Amino acid sequence: MTVLLEPLRLAWRTPRGRAGALVLLAIAAVVIFAPPFLPDPLAQPDPIGGASLAPSVTHPFGTDLYSRDVLSRVALGGRISLVVAVIAVGLSITLGALVGLVAGYFGGVVDAVLMRVVDAALAIPRLFLLLLVLAVSERVPVWALVLLIGATGWFGTSRIVRAEVLRLREESYVRASEALGASRRRVILRHLLPNTLGPLLVAATLGVGDVILLEAGLSFLGLGIQPPAPSWGGMILEAREVLVTAPWAGLFPGLAIVLTVLSVNLVGDAVRDAVDPRGA
Amino acid sequence: MVTLAIALVLIFILMRLAPGDPLARLSEDRPLTPAQVVALRARFGLDRPVGAQFVSFVGALAHGDLGTSIQYGRPVIALVSERIPATLLLGGTVLLLNFTVGVWLGVRQASRRGGAEDTALTLLSLSAYATPSFWLGLVLAWLVGVKWHLLPAAGMEDPLLDPAAGWLAHAADVGRHLVLPALTLSIVSIAGTMRYQRSAMLEVLRLPYMVTASAKGLPERAVIWRHAWRNAFFPVLTLFGLWLPILVTGSVFVESVFAWPGLGSLAVGAVGYRDYPLLMGSSLLVAAVVVTASLVSDLAYAFLDPRVRLS
Repeated sequence: MTVLLEPLRLAWRTPRGRAGALVLLAIAAVVIFAPPFLPDPLAQPDPIGGASLAPSVTHPFGTDLYSRDVLSRVALGGRISLVVAVIAVGLSITLGALVGLVAGYFGGVVDAVLMRVVDAALAIPRLFLLLLVLAVSERVPVWALVLLIGATGWFGTSRIVRAEVLRLREESYVRASEALGASRRRVILRHLLPNTLGPLLVAATLGVGDVILLEAGLSFLGLGIQPPAPSWGGMILEAREVLVTAPWAGLFPGLAIVLTVLSVNLVGDAVRDAVDPRGA
Repeated sequence: MVTLAIALVLIFILMRLAPGDPLARLSEDRPLTPAQVVALRARFGLDRPVGAQFVSFVGALAHGDLGTSIQYGRPVIALVSERIPATLLLGGTVLLLNFTVGVWLGVRQASRRGGAEDTALTLLSLSAYATPSFWLGLVLAWLVGVKWHLLPAAGMEDPLLDPAAGWLAHAADVGRHLVLPALTLSIVSIAGTMRYQRSAMLEVLRLPYMVTASAKGLPERAVIWRHAWRNAFFPVLTLFGLWLPILVTGSVFVESVFAWPGLGSLAVGAVGYRDYPLLMGSSLLVAAVVVTASLVSDLAYAFLDPRVRLS
C-alpha cells in the first residue's frame, strides 16, 4: 500500500496537488450530499411559467427549458458523471495492467500480437471507436456505456505497464526470485505488479479527467447518458436550443466540467511528479 | 501498414459487435414492407455472412471504394473527399497557431520558470485543457456571434454573398467564418504544445552549454532562441503524432457546433443516421492519417536529430 500512499502524500504537499484535491473533495461532497436537499432534478414543476428562469434565490443556477432546476441537475449529473468515470477508469486500468503484465512478462509472440493490436487501436481516436459502436446501437444503458468507455481506454496503459515490466524483468531481484523457483504467478503478483502501481496511479488519475470529458462529449452528441437522467454533456446539448434566451442552462454544467477536470488533472500532475520526479 | 490493416479489422468487428440494425433507422420515418427490407439488405450486402461481407469490403477498398452512404445514397469516397478541404483549412490553421503561439508561450514559460507568469500560464493552459471544446464553442458562438454580432457563428460562407464578388471577398468571408472554430479548437489543444515545449526547454536549459552561452555574454534572447530552442523543438515535433487524435476528436465537436462543413460534422451526421458505411469510411481515413502522421513525425525526428538513428 505504501507504493500508492507515498505518491499521494507527496502530491498533497505541493500547492497544486492540495488545491486540486480540496476542490475535488468539495465537488464530491456536493454531488454526494446535496441532491436530497435540492429540488427534484427530474420534476418539471411549471413547464410554461417556470421555464428558462434566470438565476435567483430559489434557483441559484436558474431553470432549464423544461422548468427543471439547473443546480440540482448539475449536482445529480455530476454524481452520474463521476461514478461513470471512476468505474470506467478502474476497468481500463485493470485491463491495461493485465495486458501489459502478460505482454511484458511472456514476450515473444504473445507480446508481438498484443502490441500490434494496441498500436492499431491507438491509431483510431477513442471517440471514433465509441462512435462506431454507439451509432449502430439502440439506447445504451449506463452500465453498457461504462463497459464500453472502460474497454476503449486501456491501450495506452498497457504500453506503460509493458515498458515497466520489460525493465523490471532484468532486475536482479526478479531474476533471483525466478532462480529460486518462484512460480510465474508469484513473480508477476509479488514483484512486477507492485512496482507498476505508481505509473498506474498516475494513469488512473489523469484518465478520470479524460473520461469525464469523453462522457460529456458523447452525451452532447446524444450517445451517452440518456435523458431524462441528467448529465453535464446532455444538459449542454439541451441548453443549445435556448442558448440565447437561457445561457445559464448550459453555462453551469460546462463550468462544472472545467472545474472537475481541472482539479482531477492538478492532482494527477502532482502525483506524476511524485512518482517520476524527472519530469517536474 | 500492418497497424492500419489491424485497425481496419478492428473497425469492422466493432461495427458488427454492436447490437442494432443499421437499417432500423432508415425504416423509422417511413414504414418499409418486408420485401423492401429484404431488397435493401441485399443492396447493402447485409444478408450475407459476416466473413463474406468483410472480404467484399476489403476487395472494394483495394479499388478505392468505401461503399455507399445509406444517408446520401452516394459513394462514401466522394462525400469524404468533398469535406476534406474544409477540415484541412480548419486543422491547418489550428496547427499553425499551435506551433507558433503554443511554442512561443512554452519557451517563455521555461525561460521564466517558477515565476508568476509561468504559474499563471500553467494554470491557464490546464484550464483550457479541461474545457470541453463543444461548450467553449457554444459560449463563444453565443457571446461573439449572437450577443455582440462580431463574427459569424455558423457555416463557412455567407449564403447572401454575391457569387460574383471576386475571390478576395470570398476569401475574407471564409476567413471571418474561420475565426471562431479555429480559436475554439486552438484554445483546447494548445495546452499540450505549451507543456511539451516547456519541459523540452527545461531539459536543454539545464545543460552546461547554456551556462557557457550566458557566460560568453550573449544576450538572453540569443541564448534562449538560437542556442536552447533549436535543440528543444525536436521533441515537440514528435508530439505531432500524439496530438493529431486530439485535434481530430476536437474537430468532431467544433465542426458540429459551428456547422463547419468538414469531416467531423460529416461523421456526427453519419452517427445520427446510423450511416455505418460513411462512419466506417471516415474512421478509416482518420486512422490512416494518424498512422501516417506518427510515422512522418518519427522520421522527421530521426532526420533532424543526429542522436536518433533508425535501426
